[in-house]
Amino acid sequence: MKKKAAKSGVEFIELKLYVAGQTPKSLAALANLKKICHEHLEGRYTLHVIDLVKTPQLAQGDQILAIPTLVRNLPVPIRKIIGDLSDLERVLVGLNLVRAETGSSK
Amino acid sequence: MAMSKTRRKEDSRVPPQLEKARTGIPGFDEITRGGVPKGRPTIICGGPGCGKTMFAVEFLVRGATQFGEPGVLMTFEETAAEMTKNVASLGFDLKDLSARKKLMMDYVRIEPSEIQETGSYDLEGLFIRLQYAVDSIGAKRVVLDTLEAVFSGFSNQGLLRAEIRRLFRWLKDRGLTTVVTAERGEGALTRYGLEEYVSDCVIFLDHRVNEQVSTRRMRVIKYRGSSHGADEYPFLIDDQGFSVLPSTSMGLDHAVSSQRISSGVKELDDMLEGKGYFRGSSVMVSGTAGSGKSSLAAHFANQTCIDGKRCLHVAFEESPAQTLRNMRSIGIDLAPHVKKGLLRMEAWRPTQSGLEMHLLRIHKLVEQFNPQAVIVDPITNLVTGNTHEVHAMLMRLLDFLKTKQITAFFTALTEGGAAMERTEVQVSSLIDTWMLLRDVELNGERNRCLYVLKSRGMANSNQVREFVMTRNGIRLLPVYLGSGTVLTGSARLSQEAREKADETARLQEAKEKSKTLEIKRKVLEAKVAALRAEFADEEDRLAQSAKRDEQKERSLARDIAEMASLRGSKAPGKGQGA
Repeated sequence: MKKKAAKSGVEFIELKLYVAGQTPKSLAALANLKKICHEHLEGRYTLHVIDLVKTPQLAQGDQILAIPTLVRNLPVPIRKIIGDLSDLERVLVGLNLVRAETGSSK
Repeated sequence: MAMSKTRRKEDSRVPPQLEKARTGIPGFDEITRGGVPKGRPTIICGGPGCGKTMFAVEFLVRGATQFGEPGVLMTFEETAAEMTKNVASLGFDLKDLSARKKLMMDYVRIEPSEIQETGSYDLEGLFIRLQYAVDSIGAKRVVLDTLEAVFSGFSNQGLLRAEIRRLFRWLKDRGLTTVVTAERGEGALTRYGLEEYVSDCVIFLDHRVNEQVSTRRMRVIKYRGSSHGADEYPFLIDDQGFSVLPSTSMGLDHAVSSQRISSGVKELDDMLEGKGYFRGSSVMVSGTAGSGKSSLAAHFANQTCIDGKRCLHVAFEESPAQTLRNMRSIGIDLAPHVKKGLLRMEAWRPTQSGLEMHLLRIHKLVEQFNPQAVIVDPITNLVTGNTHEVHAMLMRLLDFLKTKQITAFFTALTEGGAAMERTEVQVSSLIDTWMLLRDVELNGERNRCLYVLKSRGMANSNQVREFVMTRNGIRLLPVYLGSGTVLTGSARLSQEAREKADETARLQEAKEKSKTLEIKRKVLEAKVAALRAEFADEEDRLAQSAKRDEQKERSLARDIAEMASLRGSKAPGKGQGA
């Protein structure tokens, strides 16, 4: 996909959200994530939701222990954010979006 | 009804003896009377490098290969490849087992720097991975090495503990026999207090260094629902994996044999009722340096092999090659026995490892080789300073050998001069047959004597014998007691010569005497003959004169008759007047 854009902070982000069934935490995480992506990453992210109850073998690949876990594969380094993503600040720090935040005025 | 049923079921699940899963680790199953609790978690804790992971992996490998129970290895600190390499030295091929679906390895990497906690979470991912692994090979055993790693990755301690508790319940519900490794803590058993959650069975591994020699020990701290050996047991890890040394039955209830086996020296057998040692008994020969103890041991080894039985020879002083060479000089060739596989010679330095290691090594050799006789030459080398420990160790060794009805032959070095009947390790009370090799100095020579100090269960000779090593083996010669002292060596030879001379002289004298007698008899006989002849002569003459007299009488009578007839009268009688 598109690599880094000219301006720092405007990078393409690949996200994977690992959940385990339709637990409250998982649903909360998904909702929160969708909100964040919509507000901060419009147009420059891909999101895959992986339900480990359906596909348990995928947990090994990204070394998933905690549920829910949001994995940012790109850009490197890999970051894992665990929890229902209710702490927005933390999520943004985790996704390294703070600069983007200050950059754009969204 | 359902409740009483489950209660009954629970009762049957915690009977006097819990159901156990055998580990297959030699010695461990004996200590725990069957292995680890089946379907429950067990903790192995200990300091770094004490063998926890090795134990856990061996538990899985043997479970898969020996007991048909595939296993899952969840490793938090080493990758699958690293783990495979680490245990390859123990002879375990994890790669092969994985390929055959007997083992599943899952490396769980926890990198704290990668993780950002935002909001509430749980460790369901771990459960999912475990479930997946267990399902994919139908595992019955699980190893978590080491679960404490989660404490470094996640900061929410309360959550972690709740999840760990959930995990163990999860494992129990599925009846998975689990082994968890944990690092030893300061003051507590484990650093993170895992023993709170795993309270069915706790095993502690210790790795101590005592006077530059390292010993590994294991202890079952807790085993809920089961009796177990409560002592510290030494163990070692070698190229065959773990071996634990269980204390042998220290009860004195061994079976005994009345069979006798030869010592290899005929005169010695003669001193022992003509038959030799009891099979399965303990024999010791003690003596000063160079007195021939090892040679006596070699004779016994030789005899055992000649009889077609296996013999294990453990030496702490000489290498096997040296022993073979030395024994050849007295006519004992052990090399063919070694080649045939009847004699196994092992030698190592006693300072190489701790006492328990020696015991364990001998144990293993005996289990592997299954000999009928074991020789340890010498046992006094094991004294490292703590004679009590050595005594205890030898007692266990003897116990072990007696239980297996293996004849034990020990040699012991004694300090010259000190009371010969006291060995340094004071093990003599454990010995059934004890022989002493003593030097006797006389006339500028030192000669050896052997005598049987004691021999339980048989009438042994109380005589001293001279112990000589000839080119054709050991000989025991009766000693001479000239004028009340024991004479050996050249003194005996001179005495022998003297006695021989005396005897010859006596024989000579006797011969002479009989000769004289002979002559006398001849003379006497001659005399008798002469007398007889004389007598015969007399007899003859007398007979003749008698005859003549008779003739005269007859002729006189005839004359008278004639004269009478001439006179013409009838002569009435004889000689009556004319």
